[in-house]
Amino acid sequence: MNSFLNIIQRDLHLALRQGLDSLMVVMFFVIAVVLFPFGIGPEPGILARIAPGVIWVAALLASMLSLERLFQTDYEDGSLELLSLSPLPLELTVLAKVITHWLTTGVPLIIAAPLLAVLMNLDTDGFAMLLVALILGTPSLSLIGAVGAALILGARRGGVLLSLLILPLFIPVLIFGVSAVDAAILGFPVKGQLLILGAFLIGAVAVCPFAAAAAVREAVK
Amino acid sequence: MPQYAGSNLKCVRSERVVFSNLGFKVEDGDALVLIGPNGSGKSSLLRLLAGLLLPAEGTLTWDGEAMVDDMDAHHARMHYVGHLDAVKPVLTVSENISFWSRMRGHGKDTSENAVGDALDTFAISRLADVPGRFLSAGQKRRVTLARLKASPAALWLLDEPTTALDKDAIAALENLIRDHRASGGMVVVSTHAEIKLENATVLDLSRFSQRRAA
Repeated sequence: MNSFLNIIQRDLHLALRQGLDSLMVVMFFVIAVVLFPFGIGPEPGILARIAPGVIWVAALLASMLSLERLFQTDYEDGSLELLSLSPLPLELTVLAKVITHWLTTGVPLIIAAPLLAVLMNLDTDGFAMLLVALILGTPSLSLIGAVGAALILGARRGGVLLSLLILPLFIPVLIFGVSAVDAAILGFPVKGQLLILGAFLIGAVAVCPFAAAAAVREAVK
Repeated sequence: MPQYAGSNLKCVRSERVVFSNLGFKVEDGDALVLIGPNGSGKSSLLRLLAGLLLPAEGTLTWDGEAMVDDMDAHHARMHYVGHLDAVKPVLTVSENISFWSRMRGHGKDTSENAVGDALDTFAISRLADVPGRFLSAGQKRRVTLARLKASPAALWLLDEPTTALDKDAIAALENLIRDHRASGGMVVVSTHAEIKLENATVLDLSRFSQRRAA
C-alpha cells in the first residue's frame, strides 16, 4: 500500500512540476468546444441540442492527448523497467499511474465542463447530469486508454496509433454519457444510463490493469 | 545459505540464439563477473537473471525453487542496474533516490536516513537538492548506483555499472560491493574489466555463443 501511494505521490509531483501538461489538455478541451459555435453558427437552439455530444467528444479527445505520455517517459528513461522489477505487483503500479492520470486530466476536464456547458447554451436541467456522467465516465477513459498507452510503447508514431486503437473503445462510454445528459434534459429517468456507465467503470477496473500490465511486460523485455 | 543457480540456459532474441547451454551458480558472498565481446549476451543474461526476459530453455532456481514460481519475491530480493539511469529530470537527486528506496518498503523516516547514507557513499551529498536535468552523465550514474545503498537486497545485478564513472566513483562502487559481499550479498556484474573484485568467478560468454559453435 505504501509503494502504491508512493507512485501516486511521485507522479502527482511530476505532473505539478510540469504543470503545463495538464493545463494544455484543459486548454485543448476548451478550444475544441469553442470552435463549434464558430463552425455551426451562434444559433442557440442548435448549440443546445448538440452541446452534450460536443462536450463529451472533446473530453474524449483531450484525455487521449495526454494518454500517450502515461508510460512513455518512464519507458524512455528506464524507470518503467525498474517499476516492473519492484516488489509491488505491476498491475497495482499501472492502477496507481491510471489514478494519477485521472486526477491530473480527468478532474480538470470535469471542472472546466460547466463553463463550456454555459458557452454551448446547454439546458440547465442537464448541468448536474453532465457532471455526474463525466465523473463516472472519465475514469473508464483513463483505464481503457492505459491499455493502449502500454501497447504503443516502442512503436513509431505512437500517438496516431493510440487514437486508432483506443477511440473505438471509447464509443460505448460516449453513447451512454451523452444519452444520460439528453434524458435528464428531456425529463426521462437516467438510472439505466448511469448504471451502465458504472458497470463500464467496474469492468474496466477489473480488466484494464491486467491487460496494461501484460503489455508493459512485453515492452520492457 | 541462499544460492542462485541456472542450468542449460538458452536465450533467443528476435529469432537469433544469443547463447545456449549456459550454467552458473552464485552463493552468498560470491561475485560473478560476466565478460565477453559486444553482443555476446551479457546484458541479455542479466535481464534473464532479473526476470525481465524468460529463458527459451533451461531453469533458474533460488535455493532450489524455480524463480518463475514467485516473481514478486524475486523482485523483492534483487537490485537491477541497467543501461538507463531512471533519473527523473524534474525531481531532485534525493527525491529520485528516496522514491526507489520507498518502493522497496522503506517508511519515510528510515528512507531519509538511508538516502543520506547513499548520497555520502557516492559523494553526491552536495547535489541532494539539484534537479536531475542538471546532472552530468557520471553524476546520473552515481545517483543510479546510490539506489543500491539506499535499500538492501540480497542480489545485485549490475550491467556495466562503471559507464561514465570517474576513478573515485569506481573505487566507491568497489568498496560498496565488498561490503555487500562481506554481509552475505551476491553480485553479478557485466564489465569490460575496469572494476576489480577479489575472488570473483569469471564467466566468459563467448564460450556459449552460437557464432563460435557454428
